[in-house]
Amino acid sequence: MKKIKKELQFLILIFIALTQIFPLYWLITFSLKTNNEIFGDNVLGLPETWRWVNYTTALNDGGILLYFMNSVIYSGLTVLVVGILTAMAAYAIARMHWKNKALVFSIFTIGIMIPIQATLLPLFQMMDWLGLKGGYLGLLVPYIAFGIPMSIMILTGFYKAIPREMEEAAYIDGCGIFRSFVTIILPIMRPALATASIFTFLGTWNELIFANTLIDSSAYRTLPVGIMSFAGQYTTDWGLIGAGMVIATLPTILIYFLLSNQVQQSLMAGAVKG
Amino acid sequence: MDRILSNKWYVAIFVLPALLIFLAFVIIPIITTGVYSLYDYSGIGEKTFLGFTNYIELFTEDRYFPDSVKNSFILVAASLFIQLPISFTLALILSRGVRGEKFFRTIYFVPVVISSMVIGQLWMRIFKSDYGLLNILIRTISGSDFEYAWLAQPKTAFYATVVPAVWQFIGYHMLIFYAGIKSIPTDYYEAAQIDGASKFKTTIKITIPLLSPVIKTCTIFALTGALRSFDLIYVMTGGGPNHASEVPSTLMYTNLFRKGLYGYGSAQAFFIVIECLLFSLIIARIFRRSEENASIL
Repeated sequence: MKKIKKELQFLILIFIALTQIFPLYWLITFSLKTNNEIFGDNVLGLPETWRWVNYTTALNDGGILLYFMNSVIYSGLTVLVVGILTAMAAYAIARMHWKNKALVFSIFTIGIMIPIQATLLPLFQMMDWLGLKGGYLGLLVPYIAFGIPMSIMILTGFYKAIPREMEEAAYIDGCGIFRSFVTIILPIMRPALATASIFTFLGTWNELIFANTLIDSSAYRTLPVGIMSFAGQYTTDWGLIGAGMVIATLPTILIYFLLSNQVQQSLMAGAVKG
Repeated sequence: MDRILSNKWYVAIFVLPALLIFLAFVIIPIITTGVYSLYDYSGIGEKTFLGFTNYIELFTEDRYFPDSVKNSFILVAASLFIQLPISFTLALILSRGVRGEKFFRTIYFVPVVISSMVIGQLWMRIFKSDYGLLNILIRTISGSDFEYAWLAQPKTAFYATVVPAVWQFIGYHMLIFYAGIKSIPTDYYEAAQIDGASKFKTTIKITIPLLSPVIKTCTIFALTGALRSFDLIYVMTGGGPNHASEVPSTLMYTNLFRKGLYGYGSAQAFFIVIECLLFSLIIARIFRRSEENASIL
């Protein structure tokens, strides 16, 4: 009886795993097929011949390569700047002594709960007024601002867990605050910074509504917006659209698989404190 | 060391850059939206102060807004009563140790890292009438020539967007629950086992009460995520057909950027802000009460 229950549980786990992974499998296979296969003879199987030409066409003719590079620029810079800003701010919140730090922390927490699209119109006007709308900075600045709260939440929890003695030794040796921060604290924080960076990266790389609204020239367009307009343009060519979508998904999946241990463990550590 | 760590200049250097950027590009815009919502304003020309007229119109004169709120509540209900229980059950099974525990944990999280634009485009293709995967499946099983445009029919369009919304974040909540369950000291379970408590009973009496802060976090995330959802619906239906699948944020987007109704659209935007904050507060309060009760017991 107990054994049957165990097996049943295992079957449920497998079934859910299949539903979670199946759309991705389907996407990858149809990105390599011809329309004839996708729409008729071979809906679910592996492609008969692997049409890599879908990928080269998407990259070059579809402009996906340009959008990919743009997305790398937005995400890379956002991760870098948010990392630096929040590593510092979270340090002050978790380990320095000052009035109102609880208040400042709750202001940042609000950022996680509020719908970010409610800032859309004022930011649109602000970027216009600053002369940044439509360029890299016009989207980068909002992305950096949006990345701050989650990163601060994650990092603050980790800073609190560092024992006091680590710093004490440094200060007794006459280290200044900046040196002890850079040489003692930051190296300990590396796993936490990696986790926070992954969340910042995912949020930026996948963001749609701001990229769609604040950028109008295709020269500065990001991948999600690029692929959406691409899908509108080549509506019937599923293989081509699929290739574009795989290209957009690949970096996040790769980074996730490379760092999944890290992400899972840190998310767990964070969740338990939260 | 404490002298250095209380130095106001150092504190300012560490906190201010992040705080100022956050205030300037998140908090001030939110407040601006709140202010706009009280005006009749089209972006050009004068603003006329209206007080709460825009908010009253949302519920008395707007043909679509009340239904859009209803839709977003359906999504909230699906997230809280379908998504979270599935995540919780999976976390429970995995945390008891099964073959391939780590494999499942990793696989379940995969949809979370994919952009909702891609998820939307994919599920659109699953729900298509002619070549859609779902209809092909139904045709194969039933042997009929079933054709139904799930996303083009007002009756099903919104529900078809709820499915991927629920599906995508099962793994996210699962992982948070899982972490919470794993952090409960095993002596509690051992004690319960000695007392002869069943697995079901230990779940109800030990796991759930001790997990209450984690459940609170997940509930708030799922709730606010559902209230502000935009991407999937924007990609899959654009609020259509005939506005059947609108949620407040898709209406807001149309009003702000298609119709130039800055005041009215801002009222819709700020309505979502108020909803998110209010419901988060209520949930935090409910859980505080249950935590107090738990500690009395």
